[in-house]
Amino acid sequence: MEMLASDLITNLLIFLLASLLGLELIRHVSKLLHTPLMSLTNAISSVAMVAALIVLSYADRTFIVVLAVLAIACASTNAIGGFMITERILRMFKRDDNKKNDSKRDDKK
Amino acid sequence: MTFIASLASVLPELLYVLSAVLFILSLRWMSEVKTSRRGNLAGAVGMLVAVIATVFAVGLQQYSLVVLALIIGGIAGALMALKMPMTAVPQRTAISHAFGALAAALVGTAEFFHNTPNIDAFTMAILGLEVILGYLTFTGSIIAFLKLQELISGRPMIYPYRRVISILVLGGALVAGIFLVLNPSTIWLFVLMVLLSLIFGKLLVLSIGAADMPTVIAILNSFAGLSAAGLGFVLNNKLLIVAGALDGSSGFILALLMCKAMNRSFANVLFGGFGSAAKAEGSGGSEGVHAVQKTMKSMDVEEAAPLLAYARSVIIVPGYGMAVAQAQHAVHDLMDMLEAKGVKVHFAIHPVAGRMPGHMNVLLAEADVPYEQLKEMDAINHEFKHTDVALVVGANDIVNPAATHNKGSPIYGMPILKVHEAKTVLVIKRSPGGVGFAGIQNELFTYPNTSMVYGDAKEVMNKLVQCVKEI
Repeated sequence: MEMLASDLITNLLIFLLASLLGLELIRHVSKLLHTPLMSLTNAISSVAMVAALIVLSYADRTFIVVLAVLAIACASTNAIGGFMITERILRMFKRDDNKKNDSKRDDKK
Repeated sequence: MTFIASLASVLPELLYVLSAVLFILSLRWMSEVKTSRRGNLAGAVGMLVAVIATVFAVGLQQYSLVVLALIIGGIAGALMALKMPMTAVPQRTAISHAFGALAAALVGTAEFFHNTPNIDAFTMAILGLEVILGYLTFTGSIIAFLKLQELISGRPMIYPYRRVISILVLGGALVAGIFLVLNPSTIWLFVLMVLLSLIFGKLLVLSIGAADMPTVIAILNSFAGLSAAGLGFVLNNKLLIVAGALDGSSGFILALLMCKAMNRSFANVLFGGFGSAAKAEGSGGSEGVHAVQKTMKSMDVEEAAPLLAYARSVIIVPGYGMAVAQAQHAVHDLMDMLEAKGVKVHFAIHPVAGRMPGHMNVLLAEADVPYEQLKEMDAINHEFKHTDVALVVGANDIVNPAATHNKGSPIYGMPILKVHEAKTVLVIKRSPGGVGFAGIQNELFTYPNTSMVYGDAKEVMNKLVQCVKEI
């Protein structure tokens, strides 16, 4: 395989832009949500599965197939587990409904 | 026809673009509670689209193997997500960083063995870095998991020349990588590089105390993302680069916030051996501990309850001790009981309270405490001086006033919650002895307006609820 210098430059540019965008997005995440944020980004990092599928498609030796399949298993643990636990955590965050009702009652008075 | 044909040929690329947009929106929607679940869904759909696009693009042969791997991985992941108690979320996060990093590292390894010796210098350099990062994150995360699960001691492991040894091990891995760039056919060098990376990750996290895990987990999160991005460079896959960069920057920002909240640098967290003084002080200085005990006042639950019940305002400060005792539901009961008596109750959340960023918020959310009542440090610190009672539940270093004025204190300069400014401070603590994770006595405990209430946080809370009810 051969990495072209032009590809490298383009990819570096994409990497830098995505990093800057990420920094900007994450800065605005409420501190309240830092735990689910981490489980979400962790689930997103299982995008490594894409790489595993690509490598598997041209794997020509059992040894390499095994590595790629192991990687797919690891990444899918992360993906399924990550998105599910994020959902479970986020469901728990509730507003105070009683208080809202109280204030509505106050308004009526 | 040609249009449709050309569309079909770029379809996978288009789906990758869609997937990248979904990942970006996912993080955007994660910024507030209202839209956060939509954010999570966007992330999951983005992942699904990415996987489908890839399967479509590469014309996969080994379907059965892939499906098998997906089922096994999926079941393991689902079990972990559903069965783990909320107090174990830091451990789960650590172990899943291990899986993520291992996946990236294994793919890098497979890519090396597939292409060696025909790998150009650029590719080998990035591949080397990616593999080092992946494997060290793997073992580092495993150690973090073991520490958080308390399968091994949470204390930093300190031994002579540990910094030198760690740096030599990492340096060895990097040198092996450089030689591989020059000659990518030397398989034993690749194996050596992998082994040294595995050892480095283990050494690195072993020498970091459990209380520093919020920062460590954030850094490992960042590394797992960066190694995925590294794969993107190697495979010239833009989606991997974008997703990896987003994750990398997220972990980086969280780590930065954690360091800022402790007034420490990355280097100090990673190599400082923070909290290692604890053993020496704790065992050698029994006299000192005794002297401090003399000046600490303690109080029964029966005495503490009226203070809370007749207060106008109470601020509850939770710490890791609340998580250990699983006291979050009892804390919520107390809040309800006090509010029924007309007491204003808020929670003050220190950024590094607990074992991962946002840990306390999740536990209190689990106990149905409305999130509007959880206040960040900067938002609530000026409130303490107008507050009747500050109730500290299993927190220690984050409320130690020594951080503000004692230059000799290891936590000097760390921003704290100013509970000592409250009229009365009640500290719930398991036993009179013991020190915080920074390994120091908390001078708050000796203040004239502080009273200690000894006992298991959950039992004390339940008793408080009973006593307040009877008032």
